[in-house]
Formats: sequence, structure tokens, C-alpha cells
Amino acid sequence: MTDTVASTVSCMPLGQANRGFCGQINAIHVGEDVHGLAAPEIERRLLELGFVEGAEIKVLHEGPIGRDPIAVRINGATIALRRREAMAILVTSSNRPL
Amino acid sequence: MSTQSEIGVPRFALVGTPNSGKTALFNALTGSRQKVANYPGVTVERKAGILQTPSGRKVHLIDLPGTYSLRGRSPDEEITRDVVLGRLVSETTPDLLLCVADATNLRVALRLVIELKRVGRRLMLVLNMIDLARRRGIDIDLDRLSAELGVPVVTSTAVRRGGTEELLRRMDDMAAGRLEPPGENTWKPLTAGELRAAQREADRIIAAAVGMPARPDTVSARVDAVLLNPVAGLAILLGVLFVMFQAVFAWAKPVMDLISSGFDTLGEGVHEALPAGLLQSFIQNGVLGGVGSVIVFLPQILILFFFILMLEDLGYMGRAAFLMDRIMGGAGLHGRAFIPLLSSFACAIPGIMATRVIDNRRDRLTTILVAPLMTCSARIPVYTLIISAFVPATHVWGWLSLQGLVMFGLYAAGIISALSVSFVAKHLFLRENYTPPFMLELPAYKLPSLRSVVIGLYTRAKMFLQRAGTTIFFMMVVIWFLASFPRPPEGAEGPAINYSLAAMIGDALSPVLAPVGFNWQINVALVPGMAAREVAVAALGTVYSIEGGKEAAEQIGEALAGKWSLATALALLVWYIFAPQCASTLAMIRRETGSWRWMAITFGYMLALAYVAAFATYNVAVALGAG
Repeated sequence: MTDTVASTVSCMPLGQANRGFCGQINAIHVGEDVHGLAAPEIERRLLELGFVEGAEIKVLHEGPIGRDPIAVRINGATIALRRREAMAILVTSSNRPL
Repeated sequence: MSTQSEIGVPRFALVGTPNSGKTALFNALTGSRQKVANYPGVTVERKAGILQTPSGRKVHLIDLPGTYSLRGRSPDEEITRDVVLGRLVSETTPDLLLCVADATNLRVALRLVIELKRVGRRLMLVLNMIDLARRRGIDIDLDRLSAELGVPVVTSTAVRRGGTEELLRRMDDMAAGRLEPPGENTWKPLTAGELRAAQREADRIIAAAVGMPARPDTVSARVDAVLLNPVAGLAILLGVLFVMFQAVFAWAKPVMDLISSGFDTLGEGVHEALPAGLLQSFIQNGVLGGVGSVIVFLPQILILFFFILMLEDLGYMGRAAFLMDRIMGGAGLHGRAFIPLLSSFACAIPGIMATRVIDNRRDRLTTILVAPLMTCSARIPVYTLIISAFVPATHVWGWLSLQGLVMFGLYAAGIISALSVSFVAKHLFLRENYTPPFMLELPAYKLPSLRSVVIGLYTRAKMFLQRAGTTIFFMMVVIWFLASFPRPPEGAEGPAINYSLAAMIGDALSPVLAPVGFNWQINVALVPGMAAREVAVAALGTVYSIEGGKEAAEQIGEALAGKWSLATALALLVWYIFAPQCASTLAMIRRETGSWRWMAITFGYMLALAYVAAFATYNVAVALGAG
């Protein structure tokens, strides 16, 4: 049981991550009605930009107002997206230094 | 196949993700032998060109809009999908697809290759920017990559001389070989599951065929640490915009003056050479005046696009959008809308052309809709004329010039109204029930290729002169006609324009415009003022029979101060903030949106705003005793 507890504790939406956050994508799960655009469409757009389960991710930069949008490095590419959309990306923090 | 035997020229198409260096490669391959036009019925650019392979074979090449998949999420991507699938009636199906990939960033590109394979056409993967990849220590096993993908692989460096030799040689081989599709088209839009699987497959192939350096590239990230810094980044962005604005506004001025004085001299030459009469007036005022009023915008357009192309090639545009996203988003505009809007301070025409950097159609339309509200330089002569005639040259609080303050107020009113209109548009009639998500790849910084920028400028200039030139010129001739016909009767007194259709329109408008305080002289001046806002100043001079045209602005001002009430003057100022008094801008909107509807909407809403605001201003001013 400790295993599941540990993973649920360390699993969080990318939309809540701070600058410097390092980790791995755990799941892409788009909540309904948050985006106005159909959830499967948002999911596919994220996938098309390379956000797939298992990819390494790091939050590099934050926007000037409300720390939004964010720029993340994903397996070598840098993608900018709003925190609203990043909420759909569930990530597990890695313990490696930043 | 059919295309080859029919025309004898094989047709190749460039496909690729955004930022793959596809356009730079297209420019390197075709040089100036390219044509930019629109696909029929849509505002998507169609870029096509002819290239010659080392053996002298001609190949027709088209550059398809960048896309991450063939799903067709936007009009641009639909074009790419339809051409690739051979569904677009107006375009011959390409014989070979060249999938261009950034060799330093292969993940997403390889997934696109996997998707493209399902289409069943001949396909070749072009690893562009290979020099950059090698310098960073990325080691790509080309044979292994080709074997894993089942697709031929070739490398190129678009921005370096000789960097396309290998690619051209391979294209030669392909063009000489069989071009019929090797397989069946089994493509269907990829589901989320298939996308995941394709990406995993791409990642597996990369792990097998590509050796990544121990230390990833950090140059772009380190530059971004400054350029995307919440404080420094915004300051630098403002600095860049300031220089750009200065350049469009100030650097273009001498050239623009040269062009307009050149056309004036030419017009005077015609005036001398031809006998007084209709032909003289038509050539001097209609043809030369019309052509001159179009060409005079060219320096501003070239300077603006020089900056835009440089910033885009450098990789900065996405960063600017990142910084501005929330700020513009509050008013319902896309982060990318700020450059077009800023350019519109110089002139709405280059501003509207610059909206091409916005890929979402809805965002682009909103920006086009509000761009004419930004205070363009053509309003300045009208503003300064009325301000200097009616606003006392006193100071507020001892140091603030009242005239300067009014000028600032007029600029602020333009900005605020543009933001308000886009806000209202977003919530009222452009509502599609969603805000498009902001997801954007920030490419690694690259030095722009001068050749590519020059080709880009050349195609823009050509397009502007050809396409806008015809419509704008046509409108100029119409306005000349209105101001010249019918001719004044024999022995008539006063200026000829008072007997023209323009005067009749002015008279007819009187009952409508009387409530906003305009007299018939203003109404008459408004008609030629449709050609360009500042023409109204000269037209007022003509109507009040003052010799000397634009140079006599001070004199006109004195005359106006004696003839108009303050309320009328203020109403005209407010009118000019909003009124769609520019035929060229309207023609440009028609051209860029591809529909009369959006031109009519812009004209209508601006006219309504102008009328209501001028009406309110006039009546408040009269009530306060300024009538």
C-alpha cells in the first residue's frame, strides 16, 4: 500500500508545478468543460506536441503575469503552454537535483 | 504516373512540423523562382517554385503549411492534409513527399513520418539543420534510421551554401525513378491511442538510431533565462518593439517623402505637358495620385517585414507571444496580435498584412477588425490641424502642454477602443464557445539567413504591389471620379469640387451629419478623405478656396478657427478616432480576409462608433456652451 500512497503523493498536475520542477509524465487526463474545447481534442493536441506518458519534463520558465504561461522542456524540445492546459498533464517529481 | 507524363515535370511537396526550417529549405531550393499566392477561397498562403536538379531536371516544389499531424485542426493544416491526400481539386497530387525534420529535435517529426507512411505515397525524410546537430554532438545513424522507418533519409543544411547538394542529388534520383504511389492509402485521423503508439515507436527508433550527447544543449535555455525573465524579458521586448516602431515610423519617412514628392513632381510634369482638362486631371490626380498613394506604403511594409522575418527566423516570435499572452489575452487577443497592432500605429495596411503571423483564424479576424482603430500616421495631419486651430497653446500644471495632452488623449482613445472592441467581439459575435489553447513550441535560437529574409521581403513586396495595388488603385480612381464629375458649369464661381458628385454626396449627408455638428464643407471634404485620411486636410483647403494644399495647413487652421465652433472641431476630432476613413485599409481587409463581409463589418462598426461618439461629443460640448 505504501507504494500507491507514495505515487499519489508525488503525482501532481503540471499546471501546479513551479519553475525548476523536474519529473516524468505519469498520465494525460483532460478534465471535462475546463477548456471549452472538447477534452479528446485537447488530449490529442498535447500528444501531438510530444506530451506522452513516460517523457521527461522540466519547467524552465514562467510568464510575467500570474506566472502563466509556462515553458517546459520535454525530451529536448521546449513547449510553451498555459497552466490551464497543463493541468491535464499529471507528472511525478523526480528526486534528481534541478 | 499521369502528372509526369502530362507535364513532364515531377511535383514534390515539402511537409513538416512548424520550426523544422522548412521555409528556409524551400527558399534555398527555389531561390527567387517562387510564387506566393492564396489557395482558392481561403487565406492560406500557397508557396510554389521550380528547382533544377544537378542533372538539369526540372522539379516543381510546393511548401505546405507546417503541421504536427494530418488531422487538419486549422485551415492551414487542412490544406496540408488535403494536398497530401490528393483531395484538393486545385492542386495536383504531389509525386513525392519530402518530410522536413529539425535534426536536433526529432521526436515529433518522426511521429509525423510514421503517420505520413500510411498515406501510401513516395516519401523521403530530410534531416535539416544537420550541421547544428553534429556540432551539438547528436550522432544520427542514417542507415539505421532509414531501415527502422522504412523511408529513405537524406541530410541538409538549408542556411549554408552547398548544404542542399546531397538533397538535390537524391531528389534527382527520385525524379528519375518510378513515381507512382507504392502503396494503398490507409490513412485515417489518428486516435489518442494511435498517437501514443506512434510517439512510442518514434521514441524507440530514436533510442536505436540516435546517439544523444551526454550534456544537452543549454544555450537557448540560458538565453531564455534572460529573454523570458518576467522583468528583464518584458523590458527587452519593449525595447525591441520601440526600435521596430521607430524604424517603421521614422526610418521610412525620408523614403516615403521622396516617393510622394517624386509622384508630385511627375504629376506637375503631366500638368505642364498636357492641356488643362479632364485627361490632365485624370492622369495627375487619378492615376499618379492613386499609384503614388499605394507605393508610398512600400517602405513601411518592407521595414516592418524585415523585423518580423528576422525575429521569426531568430526564434524570438514565440517568446514574444509567451510574454504577451496574458496581457493580450485579457482583451480577448492572441499573444501574437501585438506586433500587427503596434504596426498599425504607423499604418493599418502593414498591420493587417502582419496578422499572418497569427495562425488561428478567429484570433486573426479579431486583430484585423480592431487594427484600424490604432492611431495611424495619416490621422496626425488632421489631428494637428484641428488641435493647433482650436486647443489653446497653454500649459496644464505649468509644464504639461494642453495640445500635447489632447494628442495623447486621442492616441489613448484609439488603444482603449481597440481593446474594448476586441473584448466585445470575443464575447458577442466571434464567440465559438471556446478560447483556443495557447500551445507553442519555442524553437532553439538560430541566426537568421540573410538570403531567406531577402526572399521573404521580395515576395511580400511583390504581393503587396500586385494584389493591394489593383484594389486600392481602383478605389482611388473612383474617388477621383466623385471629386471631378460633373464639371462646373461655364463661368461658375468657387472651386470645382463644389459642383461635383462629392459635393452632392456631402450635401446629401448634411441632414445625417448635422446632429454631429458637421457643416457641408466638412461633409464634402470627407469624401476625398476616404482616399486617405490626410487628404481631408487638403480637401478642406480646396473647399474653403485656400491655395497651397498641404503646406497651407496653418492658414487652413486660421480659417477654420473663425468658421467652426469648438463643438464642431471636437466632434470632428472624435469622428477621426473611429471613422473608417481609409479606402486602402478597407481594400486590404477585403483582400486579407477574402470576404466583403468582414470589410463591411469593419466599415459598419467603425462608422457607428464614429457617429455615436461624435454625436455625444458635439452635444455635450454644446450643452457646456462650446456651440
